[in-house]
Amino acid sequence: MKRQIPLFITFFVGALLIFSVFIPPMESAGENFTLFFDIIAVFAFFLGGGNLLRVHITKLKRRKQDWPFSIVTIAGFAFMLTVGIFKIGNPGGIAASVTADGSWFQEVFNYVLTPLQSTMYALLAFFVASASYRAFRAKNREATILLIAAFIILLGRTPFGLMVTSWVPESLSVLQIPNLAIWIMNSPNLAGQRAIIIGIGLGVVSMSLRLILGVERTYLGDDSG
Amino acid sequence: MANIGIIISLVIIFGGLLALLIRSVKSKEVDRRVIFLFIFVAVAAPILFPVTFSEKASPVVKAIFNKVESLPAGSKVLLSFDFDPAMAPEVQPMANAISRHCLYKGHKVIFMSLWATGQALLTQSLQDFILPGFPEKRNAVDWVNIGYKAGNEGVLNVIITDFRKMFPTDVNTVPLDSIKIFDDIKSCKDLDLVVSIGGGKPGPKEWILFVGDPGNVPIGVGTAAVVAPQLYPYYPAQVVGILGGVKGAAEYEYTLKETHSRFADMDTPGLRMMGPQTLAHVVIMSFIIIGNIIYIAGRRREKKRR
Repeated sequence: MKRQIPLFITFFVGALLIFSVFIPPMESAGENFTLFFDIIAVFAFFLGGGNLLRVHITKLKRRKQDWPFSIVTIAGFAFMLTVGIFKIGNPGGIAASVTADGSWFQEVFNYVLTPLQSTMYALLAFFVASASYRAFRAKNREATILLIAAFIILLGRTPFGLMVTSWVPESLSVLQIPNLAIWIMNSPNLAGQRAIIIGIGLGVVSMSLRLILGVERTYLGDDSG
Repeated sequence: MANIGIIISLVIIFGGLLALLIRSVKSKEVDRRVIFLFIFVAVAAPILFPVTFSEKASPVVKAIFNKVESLPAGSKVLLSFDFDPAMAPEVQPMANAISRHCLYKGHKVIFMSLWATGQALLTQSLQDFILPGFPEKRNAVDWVNIGYKAGNEGVLNVIITDFRKMFPTDVNTVPLDSIKIFDDIKSCKDLDLVVSIGGGKPGPKEWILFVGDPGNVPIGVGTAAVVAPQLYPYYPAQVVGILGGVKGAAEYEYTLKETHSRFADMDTPGLRMMGPQTLAHVVIMSFIIIGNIIYIAGRRREKKRR
């Protein structure tokens, strides 16, 4: 029974959502199930918040490695939760948007979170440069093709690309670097991406059918299926 | 002063690269800290001494620009800010440029986000960049911010049939029924254009799959440069156009400035950022060349030894 009920729920909901796409009178049923999903998704925030607190409070209690960082995490979480729920400093009061200009929530977001996350992302420039230097080496035919493609794309994404090949006559404009970059994106890239997308699509269909028909049961904690 | 600054920086960068190139013939590897230093100078110099280049809109950018341009005034356009602060420097310039363009053309603009962090960035964009240029545009009449809803693709699955089921109010808790823009909008199918700006999940791809295709709604996308190749299979049948990374934003800004004199003095972060991006790309390409010279020189030496 412990297994059959979840299997039945999966089959019922899965089958209903498939039928709702193909049978117009069942459209609203599918829509309602999507709404249920959205309500459940909101509860995931509670679960996520609770889990974050549990993990970091345990770390703090047991004085595990790097426990002082847990204080920062908990303090940040509590602070943002408080200023967000009670809309502290919000010029529009409690009914206004949580992100209203001037509210503490928005100010912390603008002046703490945004610079921190942008900085982390910006560091990629350094690592990409170092990785490109090491990885793009013409060791064999495939690596050489990759190297040439990368070179054209890198150059094509800058005004230098046009400057370098501006002497190419208009009748051969396809050989200008920016146009070559567009060709790489529109032809070899498109073909490869399309193949990947179709492959993923077929994989999703087969996996969904396995779940709906109860062949795949690993989500129940059973790896025998 | 800016020109002198950038010339000195270029001399330092290219002088250093030349020295490394000569050294590379002896097959000596470059320490990664040296690469970091070069990238730092290449990115910092054009920020301190701004340089801008003229741009030519590529067909994918031109297509989305023309779509916004060709819609009649009063058309309903939805702009979704589906990104976080990490991605913002790359995609926020294009979000701002498209928003300004839509408001200028007299379209009714609905702003929303599928990302929790997107709502705060949307507020920032509206307050600091978009609305100051359009004091005549009124909230709920010319534009409206309906904010963020949790549920990812689930949100799209619902608003494709009914906006009010998922967004009963706007971001300021004003009921959608009392907002003029929504008078003749029931679902996404009533929109003339949707532009999703982002690069993660949910983002442009989900808008194509859950709204564009089933609702036959024109979708335009703006995305981080690394994600753009994944969206090309959908162009031009399923997406109107693609803005990829800083380059896409710069091309859009440049076309906007060229086409409408009102935007002649507009702040153009995309165009400004092309300076650091161009120099960084040149440095990366130089290091790729140096790396290959080192590799080939090393291989020759090994052969001689044998």
